[in-house]
Amino acid sequence: MIDCDVHAIVPSVHALTPYLTSYWREQVEQTGFKGPVDSWYPQGLAEALGHVATDATRTAAAVFSGPNSPSLAVLTCDYAVETLHNPDASAALARAANEWLAAEWLARDPRFRASIVVPSAFPELAVREIERAAADPRFVQVLLPVRSESPYGSRNFRPVFAAAARLGLPVALHYGGAPGTPPTPVGWPSLVMEEVAGATGVFQTQLLSVIAGGVFDEHPGLKLVLAEAGFAWLAPMLWRFDKNWKGLRREVPWVRRPPSEYAREHVRLTTAPLDAPADPGQFAAAVGQLGSDGMLLYASDYPHRHGDDHAAQCWDSLPADLRRRISSDNPRSLYRL
Amino acid sequence: MPKHVVSTVAEIPPGGRKIVEVQGRSIGVFNIAGEFFALRNRCPHQGAALCTGQLGSAVTSTGPGHYAVDRAGEILRCPWHGWEFEVRTGQSWFDPVKVRVKAYETAVAPGSALKPPSPALLPGPYVAETYPVSVEEDYVLVEV
Repeated sequence: MIDCDVHAIVPSVHALTPYLTSYWREQVEQTGFKGPVDSWYPQGLAEALGHVATDATRTAAAVFSGPNSPSLAVLTCDYAVETLHNPDASAALARAANEWLAAEWLARDPRFRASIVVPSAFPELAVREIERAAADPRFVQVLLPVRSESPYGSRNFRPVFAAAARLGLPVALHYGGAPGTPPTPVGWPSLVMEEVAGATGVFQTQLLSVIAGGVFDEHPGLKLVLAEAGFAWLAPMLWRFDKNWKGLRREVPWVRRPPSEYAREHVRLTTAPLDAPADPGQFAAAVGQLGSDGMLLYASDYPHRHGDDHAAQCWDSLPADLRRRISSDNPRSLYRL
Repeated sequence: MPKHVVSTVAEIPPGGRKIVEVQGRSIGVFNIAGEFFALRNRCPHQGAALCTGQLGSAVTSTGPGHYAVDRAGEILRCPWHGWEFEVRTGQSWFDPVKVRVKAYETAVAPGSALKPPSPALLPGPYVAETYPVSVEEDYVLVEV
């Protein structure tokens, strides 16, 4: 079993001091620069931030324990470097976060793999950091916050996908991001609940953009992971997408097949949160609607608890073969583990 | 299958079309560079008058940002939902095997060959399907 979404949280910019260049170390020490202070998670929700996940040893103890514990875990470090408008600061802190992950997580427990933190608001710098970090094979994917200033399928972001494809790394879009633009397409919500529950809409927007923009046509080997996204919304969205493609495909002639085929071939989704039907008896049908048993990746999303109360019943309702694919085969093939 | 006289050649110039009624079926007859093609005027999707849609090019691409345009005027788009069909074959663009509109054989014959009507050539028996034929003109025939 492989856990495809375990958080590693940078406790503060000071944890990165050993990994900063002298210029940025001095900036942090002398100007009080705090690095990214925005979080991908609602401010003030200490529970969501999970202070345990700032430390490799404690996290490993929690994640790799129990009868059905995973043998490997992929770390997602949601250090919000995209909130920094200084491109060099964003790149410097992304690099420091990756070096911190390598030294204080990957080196301390061989069961961890990591995702590359990138200055995602600056594609050229993001490419440089991807190329640098990917030299260490323990970094198994590129991590992007699902919220961005403009959709990821737009042309100016294409070099990031090209770099990931060139290096054989999947790109993961993870819940969150604080790019300065509202988390909904209609402006700022008033309530945390709107933002949290409404995140699926952001995932949908990004997926539409990436497929319609032709990212997978340019990079036929590229895989896109939607992490902490839920999955039950995907099939109905693809029904609509396929239908619209039949009439609008002249606008996107590079999209040669129904969008759902691209999704099944290129898109993977983690299982936490599960966002399952209220009746666990309907769960297998929801999974079946994806039209592929190769899309789901087991994840705990540690330390976040999503309150998926009947997760165990849902899980047990799936055939053993499918459970094995989700928890082991699909992650292994995706990350070549 | 009987051939029906549906038009003079002159009535449908290259790039033009004519909607005709043959044995209760509405049929679109198209002239593509001097060749005639006939399609059922009913979209297999939801029954719209397909043959009244726009005629455009076949648009293909080698990748994002690249647009190749050829076969101008040979791709018919349904006026309701934009489904594309090849006028020459009736095949849809997005699923040529499963989704297609009925295509009928066409022929061109001089009026002299149509008078008196041979048994295979119907004008009639119904009045609505008779077509006045003169020896001086060429005619488009549709096999239904």
